Parts: sequence; C-alpha cells; structure tokens
Amino acid sequence: MKINFWLNGAKKEEEIRPDTMLLEFLRSLGCYSVKRGCETANCGLCTVLVEDRPMLSCSVLAARIDGKRVMTMEGLQDEAKEFGTFLANEGAEQCGFCNPGFIMNVLAMTKELEDPTEEEIKEYLAGNLCRCSGFIGQTRSILKYLEYKKESNMEKQENRNQESAEKEVQA
Amino acid sequence: MLKIKNYVKVESLEEAYELNQKRTACVLGGMVWLKMGNRNITTAIDLSGLGLDTITETEDEFVIGCMTPLRDLELHKGLDTYTNGAVRESLRHIVGVQFRNCATVGGSIWGRFGFSDVLTMFLALDTEVELFKGGRVCLSEFVKMPKDRDILVRIVVKKTPVKTCYLSQRNTKTDFPVLACCVSLSESGVKAVYGARPAKAFLLEDKEHLLDGMENLNDSEKKEVWEKFAEYAATHVSTAGNMRGSAAYRTLLVKVLTRRALEAVGGMTDEN
Repeated sequence: MKINFWLNGAKKEEEIRPDTMLLEFLRSLGCYSVKRGCETANCGLCTVLVEDRPMLSCSVLAARIDGKRVMTMEGLQDEAKEFGTFLANEGAEQCGFCNPGFIMNVLAMTKELEDPTEEEIKEYLAGNLCRCSGFIGQTRSILKYLEYKKESNMEKQENRNQESAEKEVQA
Repeated sequence: MLKIKNYVKVESLEEAYELNQKRTACVLGGMVWLKMGNRNITTAIDLSGLGLDTITETEDEFVIGCMTPLRDLELHKGLDTYTNGAVRESLRHIVGVQFRNCATVGGSIWGRFGFSDVLTMFLALDTEVELFKGGRVCLSEFVKMPKDRDILVRIVVKKTPVKTCYLSQRNTKTDFPVLACCVSLSESGVKAVYGARPAKAFLLEDKEHLLDGMENLNDSEKKEVWEKFAEYAATHVSTAGNMRGSAAYRTLLVKVLTRRALEAVGGMTDEN
C-alpha cells in the first residue's frame, strides 16, 4: 500500500506493507538515529515526533502516518547538537546508544512543559532508559540547558525591545 | 511477530463492525500491547479516522472516545478535578509519555488486561461503555462479559459526586503494578477496586456494611472501621503470585493500600 507523509519537512510517497512498523520503515529510509533497545515498548530509544507528539515508533504502524508529519533526529540536527553539547559537558554521554531517543524526548518536553521542576523533568523522561548511567548527568545537563535557553530567550526579547525602542526614537 | 494482511482505515463504525465479524480481523487500539504478540491478522481495522480521539465534558458526564490517548486523559483538567487527581495518578506511572501518547483508552478497557491501571481506575467511577451494537453497558458488567465481535466506541463517566484515591505499588518506576487499588466514596457508598492481583480488576463492595454511616464517626472510630474494611478486603480479594510478587505479598498490599486510600477519601490524608 502507498502512504504520503512528511519526513523531516520533506514530502514523501512510499510503498509499505500493511504490517510495517514505523521504526523499521524509518530506518529503511536512512533514519538510523531511530533505534530498537527493547522488544516491550519500554526503552524510549525509538522515540520520534508524530505531529509534534513524542511517540514510540516501535508501536506505530507505518500505515498510520499517512498524511502526517514525522520528525526524527536527522531533521533536528541544530537543536540536537545544542542540547547534545550540554550532555557531553556533563559527562552524561557514555555508550551513546540511548541518546537519540532521549534527545527527541527532551526536545518534546521543552516544547510541552513551561519551566519544569526537576520532579516534572524526571516524570516526563521516565520512559527513556539509559543502562550506562544513573541519570544524574542527564538531569544536570537538562537543568543547565533549560537555564541557558531561558537566558538566551530573555536576551533575544531584550534585543527586540531595544530595537523597537530605537525605531520609536528614530520615528 | 505480528502479521497483518490488510489494513483498513474505516469510514464508519458500521464498516468497522462488518469487517470485525471475521475471527481473524482485529480492531486496532494504540498497538503497544498488540504488537508484542504473534497474531496473524487478516484485516486490521483502524478507527482513527472517525474523530473518536476526544474527551467531551458535559454538565453531567465525561464522554471519552475510544481512540483517546492515555496522555490526553492524564492532562484533562476536568477529569483531574473531578477525581481529585486520581486519574492522573493512575496514568502517570505507565511507562513514559511516548507510550501514553500511543496507548488508547479503548484498547486498555477492551483488553480487560490484568495489569490495567486504566480499568482499575474507571471501575471505581460511575462508568459505562458504549458498544456499537450492545449500546451502553455498565463497566462492571462489561468486565465480566466474554470478548465478542462488537466495537467499543466510547467510555462515559457520570459526574456522580465522588471522592477518589488511586494508589499502586510497583517494584520499579514505569513497571506494571504489583497491585493497584482505587477507592471511591460517593453517596451510594464505597467502591474499592483492585487491579494487577495479577488477574483483572475486581470491584469489592461493602456487603457487610462495615462503612455505613462512617461520615458521622469521630476520627478514632473512623480509623477503626477503615481497618476493619481493610481486613475484609484482604480476605475477600483473591490474589495470586507471579514474577512480580507472591500472593501473600499482594494480600498484604491489599490491606495497606485499602487503608491508605480510605484515609485519603475520608479526608484524613492527601494521597493523590
């Protein structure tokens, strides 16, 4: 059967089998950031965004993304790099296998939760398993990343305010 | 591995019902459970094009479409307020956000799974299911019905004034519960529901009227009747052992969680 969808912003038309799962399908299209870490829908490694919602691609039938927008880490390189630097700086990255799924869910979280507490962060990310570490480094990196985002947003806002004030003066 | 020969995104419930009359057909929920099995499905029926993924709150009920993701239930302000946070509490421990964005309430309820937090929660409320052919059926009846070829369309929660508390014991975060317990207190009395016994959720009624008139008791009398009811629950809720816990441990949990939930709905503690 044929499906039409958007993968990382590009429109696609592909032929699939009715029982193809999204995880295998995305990998067949070269999105190797999407990984299988378990067989029980528990690890979160296969997380992708479908219509901006983080979902387990291991449990989504490819047929169901017909007409929808799918984002993988391949399409969010800048954002992933930005947060990935914080992960690396905190030494949270060890084997790295769980990283893409984890980063996808962190990015989804920053869009969904406003100024989350550490408890809220942990609850949002509970479905992302890392078997190297104890999540301490990850938590540290998220807190620092969120702080950095907040500051840079404030700076941007200040710059905008300054610009509009200057324009008003000129006018 | 799961095999599917045909996938049909149906345009009406009638079409879904017709297709589902074959034994080898299957209505899809969120697929987080289904995909782990080894089924050979000739026709996979997808209801996701029918607009059944929303929650509508009216003056006297919540009407929940079968395709509503668990995450949407968890975030619904009306349900949260109505159940004193119990609905959110029953859902937030289920694996992760990505999982709850996939799993649907219809899949959870239709499956009548032993491990189901969702079934445990809704059994404690005044809930009906709406079946395409069978019409509205009380959830406590539906739980006992054999799985037939009908289609679960909606779940309806009546806004009977109620106080609820949901508690669960897990060996580790995000795992299935070892025991789940939901207690609700309304004008018609106490409903205590036990899930993951590990058999499917069981609704215990206060047949010995241990809790009758409890609102008129003083604090120490209340504690006494709650303890009695917790004992009653421990002897009347059957449990079994599996890899997550023994029958004896579960029975101990029945007693403890019942008492804690009663204290919460009785206004002495804030568990949710």
